Amino acid sequence: MKMILKRLLLALPNLIGVIIVTFVLTRALPGDPAAYFAGAAATPEAVEQVRVKLGLDRPLPEQFLHYVVDLAHGDWGSSLATGQKVTTEIAARLPASLELTLCGLLLAVSIALPLGVLAATRPNSWADHGVRVLTTMGVSLPTFFTGLLLVYIFYYKLGWAASPNGRLDAFVTSPPTVTGFYLIDSLLIGDLAVFWATLKQLILPTVTMALFVLAPLARMTRASMLGVLSSDFVRTARASGLTPGTVLYTYALRNALLPVLTTMGMVFSFLLGSNVLVEKVFAWPGIGSFAIESLVASDYAPVQGFVLSMALLYVVLNLLIDLAYTWLDPRVSLDG
Amino acid sequence: MNAPVASLPLLHVADLSLEFRTRSGTVFALENIAFSLNKGEMLGIVGESGSGKSVLAYSMLGISDGAARVTAGTAMFGGADLLKASEHELREIRGREVSMIFQSPRTALNPIRKVGHQIEDVLKRHAAVRGVDLRERAIDCLKRVRIPDPARRYDAYPFELSGGMCQRILIALALACQPSLLIADEPTTGLDVTTQAAIMELLSSLAAEQNMASILITHDLALAAQYCDRIAVMHAGHLIECGPAEEVLNAPHHPYTRRLIASTPHTAPSIAAMSPIPGNLPDLRRSDLPPCRYAGRCERFEAACNAAPLPEFAITPHHTVRCWNAE
Amino acid sequence: MNTKHLRYVLKENPITAVAFSVFSLFVLMAIFGPLIAPFDPLDSNAGPALSPPTWHNPFGTDSFGRDILSRVIVATRLDFGIALAAVLLSFVIGSAFGCAAGFWGGWFDRISSRLADTIMAFPLFVLAMGVVAALGNTVGNVIYATALINLPFYLRVARAESNVRREAGFVEAARLAGNHDLRILAVHIFPNILPPMMVQVSLNMGWAILNAAGLSFIGLGVRPPMPEWGIMVAEGASYIISGEWWVALFPGAVLMLAVFCFNLLGDGLRDLIDPRRRT
Repeated sequence: MKMILKRLLLALPNLIGVIIVTFVLTRALPGDPAAYFAGAAATPEAVEQVRVKLGLDRPLPEQFLHYVVDLAHGDWGSSLATGQKVTTEIAARLPASLELTLCGLLLAVSIALPLGVLAATRPNSWADHGVRVLTTMGVSLPTFFTGLLLVYIFYYKLGWAASPNGRLDAFVTSPPTVTGFYLIDSLLIGDLAVFWATLKQLILPTVTMALFVLAPLARMTRASMLGVLSSDFVRTARASGLTPGTVLYTYALRNALLPVLTTMGMVFSFLLGSNVLVEKVFAWPGIGSFAIESLVASDYAPVQGFVLSMALLYVVLNLLIDLAYTWLDPRVSLDG
Repeated sequence: MNAPVASLPLLHVADLSLEFRTRSGTVFALENIAFSLNKGEMLGIVGESGSGKSVLAYSMLGISDGAARVTAGTAMFGGADLLKASEHELREIRGREVSMIFQSPRTALNPIRKVGHQIEDVLKRHAAVRGVDLRERAIDCLKRVRIPDPARRYDAYPFELSGGMCQRILIALALACQPSLLIADEPTTGLDVTTQAAIMELLSSLAAEQNMASILITHDLALAAQYCDRIAVMHAGHLIECGPAEEVLNAPHHPYTRRLIASTPHTAPSIAAMSPIPGNLPDLRRSDLPPCRYAGRCERFEAACNAAPLPEFAITPHHTVRCWNAE
Repeated sequence: MNTKHLRYVLKENPITAVAFSVFSLFVLMAIFGPLIAPFDPLDSNAGPALSPPTWHNPFGTDSFGRDILSRVIVATRLDFGIALAAVLLSFVIGSAFGCAAGFWGGWFDRISSRLADTIMAFPLFVLAMGVVAALGNTVGNVIYATALINLPFYLRVARAESNVRREAGFVEAARLAGNHDLRILAVHIFPNILPPMMVQVSLNMGWAILNAAGLSFIGLGVRPPMPEWGIMVAEGASYIISGEWWVALFPGAVLMLAVFCFNLLGDGLRDLIDPRRRT
C-alpha cells in the first residue's frame, strides 16, 4: 500500500506537467481564444460572454487556477456541434476506444511474446529471421494504410470481414450498458449473438492496431531473451539438470519480461496514437473520431478534452506499468 | 590427504579432444586430455587463463557453448560415456550424479527468485520431494552448508546476500541431491581471503562427509596445494602433468609446471625472485599447431620436440607427464 | 571514414546498400519531382476520373481525373520537406539543450529533463494533434508539432553522450589549455556525439514522415489539392470499399517504402558506428 502511494506521488509531476501543457494549448490559440470557443457564428456579445465566462480577461495565473478548478469539477467546456458537455461526450465514447485499444494490446502481446521467445531460443532459424524482418517492417507501417489494406483484402475482395462502419452492424442493438465494453456486457446478459456481432466488427481494427505495436514488442522480447539465455543463472539452472521447460519459463522468461515491461510505456504511446487513425478508418465511435470530427468543425473544447483525457489515461497506464514492475522485481526499492 | 585408492576410478577421461567452430576459424581448445578421478578424491586442475580448464569442465556436463564439438575421446562415468550421452540422459545426471558450481556466485543465482525456492527446484526435479517436505529439505540443505539462521535465509533474494553467502547457497544447490562428483570452477575467485578459506574448508569437509569426488579448477596453485589430493596441470588445451599433489609441487617434471610454481608468490622467497613465464599462449586457431604447444616458450626445447605427437610418460604409475625432456 | 571503408561496409551489408540506393532515388524525386512527373499533379484532365492503372496512367487516376503517379512523385518533396525540417529543428534544439544539460548539470539539466519528461507524458501523436489544433491548421505548425514531439529523443541522447564525455581526458586537457566551457562544448564534445546522433536522425526521419502523414490523414496541415502521401491515402479511403484500390494503395505503398528505407538506413548506420548494439 505504501508502495502504491509512493508511486502515485512520483507520477504527480507528470500530472502537473500535463495540466500545464493543456492549459497553455487552450490559451495559445492564435487570435482571440474567446472567439474560438464561441464559434464562427457567434455575435460579438456572445464572444464577450464566453470571454468573461472563461475568465480570459484575467491575468494568466488566475486563469490557470480557474482552469484547474473547472477541470476538477468536470467542467471541460461544451461541444459547439452537439451542445453537450465535453465530459459527457467523452465518457460516452471512452469505452469504445478502450475496448479497441485493450483488444489490440492483448492480441499484440499474445503474438509478439511467443514469437520473440521462439526467435531467441532458435537463433538463425526461419523464426528468428522472420522476426527480424517483421520488426523492421512493422515499425514502418503506417497504421491508417494497413487498416485500409486489410479492409480491401478481407472485406472487399474476400468478403470474410464485416464492413468497416462502427462497433456493431446497423441491425444489431447494443447490449445494456454495464461497463460499456460490448464484449463484456453482451456476455453478462448471455447474449451470444451480440457478442459475436461485436467480435466480427472488432477483428479488423484490432489486427490493425496490433500490427503496429507487434514489432517493438517482439524485438524487445527477442533481445531480452537472448541476453537472459546466456546469463550465469541460466547456466546454473541447466547445470542443475532442470527441465527445459523450467529453465525457459521460471528462470529465463520471467527475467526477460522485465525489460519488455519497461518498453510497454512506449507501446502504449503508439497504441493511443494509432487509436485515432484506426477509429477514422473504421468509423469507430470512440474519442479519437470525436476529436477528428470536432477538429474539422473548428470545435476546440472537445479537442482539448480529448488531448487531456488521453494524457490522463497515459499517466495512469504508466503508473500501472511502474507498479507491475515494482511487484515483479524484488530488487526495485520503494525510492527507486 | 589419502593415497589414491586402487579401485575402479569414478571418472575416467581418455583422448578427449574438443574444438570450437567459429567464424574466424576452428579453435582446437582441447587435445588428447586424459585423467582419472577416484571416489572421494579431490583433483585440482590448474593452469593459466585460457588453458582450457573451464572448457574441460563444461564438456563433462555437456553444457559447452553451442559451437563446441567433441572430436574424439571418452569420459566414462558410472559405466556410461558422458560425451556420448543424449541431452535427456545428461539432464538426469546433472544435479543428481554430477554437479557444478561456478565463480561469481552472485550472478549465478536467479536474481528474482528466493534462494530457498531455487533449492526446491532442484529437489523437486531430482529427489521427487513434494509438498511440505520441500521446505524442510531445502532448509536442511542450507544447514548443511552452515548458513546461519537458515529458515530466514530461505526467503532471501540473492541481492540481499554477500558473495560468500551466495557461494554457500550454490554449494547447497549443487549438493542437494548428494552427487558423487562435484566440479568447482574457480569457486573462490573474487571472494576475500577469509571467505575463500571458509568456502574451501566447507567444500573439503562436505566432500569427506559424503565421500564425494571433486574437481577443483583454479589458477591459484597455493589453494590447490592446500586442498587437493592430486593435481593436473593444463597448458593451451593440453594436460601436461598429472600426479599426487605433493609430488607435482615438490618435484615437478614438466618445464611448464616448474615455471608455474616458481612464479607463485607463496613459493618464491621474494617478489624479486619470482620469474614470470616468458611468451604467451599460442593462438589455438592455427591449423599448424605443433605437437607440443609449450614448445614456443620452453627452455628445454629441441628440434625433436616438434617431430612427433606427444605421448604420455609415466614417471610413476600415478604420475604422468607429457614432455620429451621431462626430468 | 574514407571511401574504401565505405565500399567495404556497403559490400558487407547489402541491405544497407539497397536502402541507400532507394533513399537516393527518393532524394532525386524530392528535388526534381515536378520536372520528372509525366503530368501536372493538379491537372484534372490527365485521364478519365477514377480509372485503374493503365499505360497512360501507371498508378491510375483519382476522382478528379488527376494522375496519381505524378501526384505521388511530387508529394515526395512535401513529405520529405516536412520531415526534414521537423527533424532538423528537433536535432538542433535538442542537441544544444541536451549537450548543455549533460555538460553543466544543475538547474538547466533539471529544467530540460523536466521538459522532456512532460512531453513524453503525452501519447506523442495526440500531443501533435493538440498543438496543431491550438496553433492553427498550417503546414508550418505541423512542422513545429512534429519537432516538439521528437525533441525528447535528441535531448536525452545528447545529454547522456555529453555527460559521459564530460569527464574524458581530452576535455580535461582542453580545459587546462585554457579553453572555456562553451568552446569545449562546440569544438570537442559536439563533434564526438555526432555519430550516435546521426543514427537517431535517420531512425527519426522515418517516424517523422509517418507522423506528418498521419496528421494530414486526419485533415491537419496539408490541405487539398496539395499532393501529399497522407492526404492522398485519406482521399482514397472512401474508394477502397467500392473497389477502387489504386487511389489509396500507391501513395500508401510509397510512403511505407520511404519509411522502411529510412529505418533500414538507420539500422545500417547503427551497425556501422557501434556493432555491439546490434539487436
